[in-house]
Amino acid sequence: MTKEGVCRRTVLTAGVASMISMPFVARGAGNAVRIGVPTVLSGPIALLGTSSRNALMLEADRINAGGGLAGRKIELIFQDGKAQPQETARIAREMINSGGCELLIDATPSSGAFAVQEVVRDLGVLCFHTGSETSSLTADPKLRAPTAFRCARQGVHDSIAGGAYLAQFASEHKFNKWATCSPDYAYGHDTTVQFLDFFRHFKPDIEIITQAWPKLGQPDLTEVITKLIQAKPQALFTLLYAGDLSAFINQGNVYALFGAMSVCTPNVDYPVLNAIKNLPDGIQSGTRYFEDFPALPANKAWGEAYRTRFGEYPTNWSWQSAASMMFLEAAAKKAGTADGKALVPVLSGLTIDCPFGVDGRITMRDDHTIIDYAIGWGHTIAKPPFITGVKAADWGQIIELETAWKKQQGYI
Amino acid sequence: MDLEALVACFGSLACVVTQTTSGLIVGLLLFLVAAGLTLIFGVLKIVNFAHGTFYMLGAYIAYSVLRASGSYGLAVLAAGAAMAVFGVAFERFLIARVYGGNVLMQLLICYAVVLIFDDLVKLVWGADFHAMGMPDAFQRAPIFIAGGVVPPFYAGLIAVSLCLAALLGLGLGVTRIGKIITAAADNPQMVSALGINTTALFALVFGLGGGLAGLAGALAAPVRSLSPGMGFSVLIESFIITVIGGMGSIAGALLAAIGIGLLRGFGTIGFPLFTDGLIYAAMILVLLLRPSGLFGREMV
Repeated sequence: MTKEGVCRRTVLTAGVASMISMPFVARGAGNAVRIGVPTVLSGPIALLGTSSRNALMLEADRINAGGGLAGRKIELIFQDGKAQPQETARIAREMINSGGCELLIDATPSSGAFAVQEVVRDLGVLCFHTGSETSSLTADPKLRAPTAFRCARQGVHDSIAGGAYLAQFASEHKFNKWATCSPDYAYGHDTTVQFLDFFRHFKPDIEIITQAWPKLGQPDLTEVITKLIQAKPQALFTLLYAGDLSAFINQGNVYALFGAMSVCTPNVDYPVLNAIKNLPDGIQSGTRYFEDFPALPANKAWGEAYRTRFGEYPTNWSWQSAASMMFLEAAAKKAGTADGKALVPVLSGLTIDCPFGVDGRITMRDDHTIIDYAIGWGHTIAKPPFITGVKAADWGQIIELETAWKKQQGYI
Repeated sequence: MDLEALVACFGSLACVVTQTTSGLIVGLLLFLVAAGLTLIFGVLKIVNFAHGTFYMLGAYIAYSVLRASGSYGLAVLAAGAAMAVFGVAFERFLIARVYGGNVLMQLLICYAVVLIFDDLVKLVWGADFHAMGMPDAFQRAPIFIAGGVVPPFYAGLIAVSLCLAALLGLGLGVTRIGKIITAAADNPQMVSALGINTTALFALVFGLGGGLAGLAGALAAPVRSLSPGMGFSVLIESFIITVIGGMGSIAGALLAAIGIGLLRGFGTIGFPLFTDGLIYAAMILVLLLRPSGLFGREMV
């Protein structure tokens, strides 16, 4: 330490510390629209953040090459909230208050999205949630924020589609004894309850003989797996995802779990499948993102463009993030401005051409959540394309049962 | 709470065998991490918050060596050796500078190392998780003992972990260097006064601790997701084990680790939403009844 109290080492340390804490910026031009992206770039669910970031960069470059949002280039600011709600909320607030961001794309799971929702409600900025699948975020009018839109699949939609598919699967195989294994936080609990409600709606005679709730990011799932094996269910429904799902499959393989019961999950993403050395055949799986479903040239082309640029497969979070940019682009074009507040009324009820829509179109419903995106179920095979025999969900049935569910919950 | 299921499990030999094996593997892997942690504290009185980083780096190094060589045995040895060297370097270049200093400074150095290496792992291996996959030699059907399921890989892990625990115990209790380490834990000034090179001794202790954590990371890697920051969750449980066993006690760490493993194994059946709570409750109970831990010495 120098006599003046500030030495070279202190200055260097402060400099390095400030460099480390600087956000990752995908730069645009001087008059750019700064979009803040709080996300998760570390830990077992970093895949959510990295694959969202890739998709957003891909779309931002495409939009910028076409002239930008109402003539303004897009500049994306990414920061890691480490899947911690408080940290994510702090980042989101700083992005708006002092980071020069005009709007947010919240690429965090439900644990972060609910925290960001309150920041958005407070600041009144336009926000797309692209990672949260917990239905209540937008379904519950008390939780819905006037300027926040969910551009992500919803647990209730997946539960209806999954319930219908698995009821048929269970009837065909006479599987009545089921177990569940889902992460121990809002998404895992809420969506498991929803799934079971709809599963029972389609097949009332099922029995849930055991349930396991590992923590998000729990490194060792051994005791969970042995508990499931001991209970001897005929089939298992799990909402584990990303690194947790990979660990579950790897550790389950050690115990021959996949020979002891049929495993069903809506959460299998390409990179998870690709990372597993011994992927068991026959896991009943939802199509999170699948280049061949919907079988549209635009979907295939988008998946190939992503793989070409980043050298890896896109995820469910990738298409959801990309779709948020497509909505933003379409709304800005329609409104003739990139001003977030002006885009809010335009976005509500907007239907856009989108490669991820079941018929090439997705609608942002007036309750600020998307519908008509591709939902299908098939079963895994060990090699690409990893999922085969995909059956499309019936959106008419999804909307009908979702409406009944919302009435039952007192949301409408 | 599902006490009926727990009672049913205790009434079934198959369930007891499966959950006991599961508890042993969870506990013994944690022991390998906690042993180094408690050893370092016992000798140096340093609470090494960077210990989880040794575990994480061990797992990643094993992952890369396995991919390059195809040999899991080599991957485990390389991870253990690399982290032993890393432990020595960590002690010599960083921790040695704050011996006897402010505890806050020690914590800050450890925390800085955690953050730096989490980011370096992101740069080298990427932020996304990796899955090592099961080595070919262990891709075998589980063994059934009294109806209970015991995977060959886990049986191997239990054997290796118990051997390491025995070697560590024997090494500390029988060999000259082990006795010096034990003596240094009791009275470092006296050891120094006897002309023993404590500088080398302290580096050796950190090397041993780092090597054990690296081995644990490599042994666990085939069945876990590798991701930056993965050492943190292991670190918390390792600290709990160290506290329950008694800071500085290897035997205490072993007993506490097996106890925690079994608590997890059977707790998940009887208390599926309170398994972590059980572990913390056990820690509180031990702290209340025996504040220095099961095998710890009373603070004077």
